Amino acid sequence: MPSISREEVAHLAHLARLDLAPDELDHLAGQLDQILGAVAQVTEVAADDIPPTSHALPLTNVFRADEPRPCLTAEAVLAAAPAAEDGRFRVPQILGEEA
Amino acid sequence: MNRLTRAKATELAAAIKGGEVSAVEVAQAHLDRIAEVDGTAEAGVHAFLHVDTDGALAAAAAVDRRRADGEELGPLAGVPLALKDVITTSDMPTTAGSKILEGWRPPYDATITQRMREAGIVILGKTNLDEFAMGSSTENSAFGVTRNPWDLTRIPGGSGGGSAAALAAFEAPLAIGTDTGGSIRQPAAVTGTVGVKPTYGGVSRYGLIACASSLDQAGPCARTVLDAALLHTVIAGHDPLDSTSIAQQVPDVVAAARRGAEGDLTGLRVGVVKELGGEGYQAGVEARFNDAVALLSKLGAEVVEVSCPHFAYGLAAYYLILPSEVSSNLARFDAMRYGLRVGDDGTRSAEEVMSLTRGQGFGAEAKRRIMLGTYALSSGYYDAYYGQAQKVRTLIARDFEAAFAQVDVLVSPTTPTTAFPIGEKVDDPLAMYMNDLCTIPSNLAGNASASFPAGLADEDGLPVGLHVMAPVMADDRLYLVGAAVEAAYAAQWGGTLLEQAPALEGIAP
Repeated sequence: MPSISREEVAHLAHLARLDLAPDELDHLAGQLDQILGAVAQVTEVAADDIPPTSHALPLTNVFRADEPRPCLTAEAVLAAAPAAEDGRFRVPQILGEEA
Repeated sequence: MNRLTRAKATELAAAIKGGEVSAVEVAQAHLDRIAEVDGTAEAGVHAFLHVDTDGALAAAAAVDRRRADGEELGPLAGVPLALKDVITTSDMPTTAGSKILEGWRPPYDATITQRMREAGIVILGKTNLDEFAMGSSTENSAFGVTRNPWDLTRIPGGSGGGSAAALAAFEAPLAIGTDTGGSIRQPAAVTGTVGVKPTYGGVSRYGLIACASSLDQAGPCARTVLDAALLHTVIAGHDPLDSTSIAQQVPDVVAAARRGAEGDLTGLRVGVVKELGGEGYQAGVEARFNDAVALLSKLGAEVVEVSCPHFAYGLAAYYLILPSEVSSNLARFDAMRYGLRVGDDGTRSAEEVMSLTRGQGFGAEAKRRIMLGTYALSSGYYDAYYGQAQKVRTLIARDFEAAFAQVDVLVSPTTPTTAFPIGEKVDDPLAMYMNDLCTIPSNLAGNASASFPAGLADEDGLPVGLHVMAPVMADDRLYLVGAAVEAAYAAQWGGTLLEQAPALEGIAP
């Protein structure tokens, strides 16, 4: 059954953009292994010819009329932002030093 | 204890309508009760994360004015309600129990918030929950645990422990919960209250902060079946703002509750799910469940045993599907547009700030599920885990289909055990996940389910829940069965189960 190394856990944390402390990585490695071991039984039951279900309701393509509707003001949205400037979200540098 | 806080929602609404009491007096009585018993993260019930005294009194005053103006009031006008803090409110903070959203004020009301306001329901405040509704004990809240009013050393269930505890502590007669794997029904079971998970798509998810979008469903919580039915009617129905909302008429759950209360279930076919019982189930839970099944027969129902062989795999499928959706949904907490931002000191990149913020803003269970989902969705594992879990989901839906070809409703215990001590399972995720064994299949298949009080377990004197499952869009059957059981037990116990709960007077520091 799955055995997840600490390196794999660190890689997953990077993919998930989670800055985890060293002790968190150790702790999670053991727990993820245990949980995945327990849920691996799904691989035993379902045969190839069983279709997957992604959603409880078989709804497809729910459209609305393509008409403009009122929406939130920029002011109302930016009021909850961690930082805003000139009517926009202010974010940390995204292109690095050389940009 | 104040008679207003002991009253049913229907009684309060009638008294307000008849002018015997004002909506403001009703709101004030509940705010006083909250001040008396709710306390803080350290002591008291701690069902509420935020109490909106001014807003509640203003909403109540508006109902009184409408009455004075001769307006016809709705069936729940002026009745106070506790709202799970995962539903957006434009005039109150909405935290989802997470540090990453601490103090966040949404720019809009959820559809159900809006519908409740229009119905004259008075929102008292926001209730505690496991972070992003992930948990079965409310211990995963970033803002401290909620305590079970039956025994303050025990968990109130989760994730909607705050909403259930508010009902059981007589802080509110109505509450809203959300149910992704049992978060309405399990807290209802362990607090002796009523909790209904409507059919998926039956109640709008617009403004419900997503946990797992294909499983999440908001629903009514109350102390009586009829009160829950009236609240169901207010919040249910098609919403164009939620593309998964069902465009059909809401089943007449109020009529079903009234019919059920007459106590005749003749002709109703009930299936006892063979796989949901036995090993791992507490003796007192099984005893109360067997009593409830005997009661259903006595009320005229035809009871048979039904097998749903794939339910045994529900938990495993759920803990692959849910984390996968969680890891995707929680990616929106990126420290850019709302919520917490950590380490933005001019030297760090957006990506570093994002990782730092998420590392500090999410609690242990949220991190665990994000990591699990990231793993299950990563290339090389996707087919083996997520793909297989989706097939199991099909098999579980087929089990339900086959069962509902034979019977009208299915029954099981709601939870394998009664409320456990706070701290007992907090770092044992697999033991914690077992709480949702009976409730998860209905989330995977999307059908309607509910938990109703079924008495107290002999060994610990704590509440046990009867779990009733009905087909998609047959939510009315839940209310029919629930009301019949409730009426029969009320006659047997000389009142509701909650009348046996501790009074809790003066416990808040």
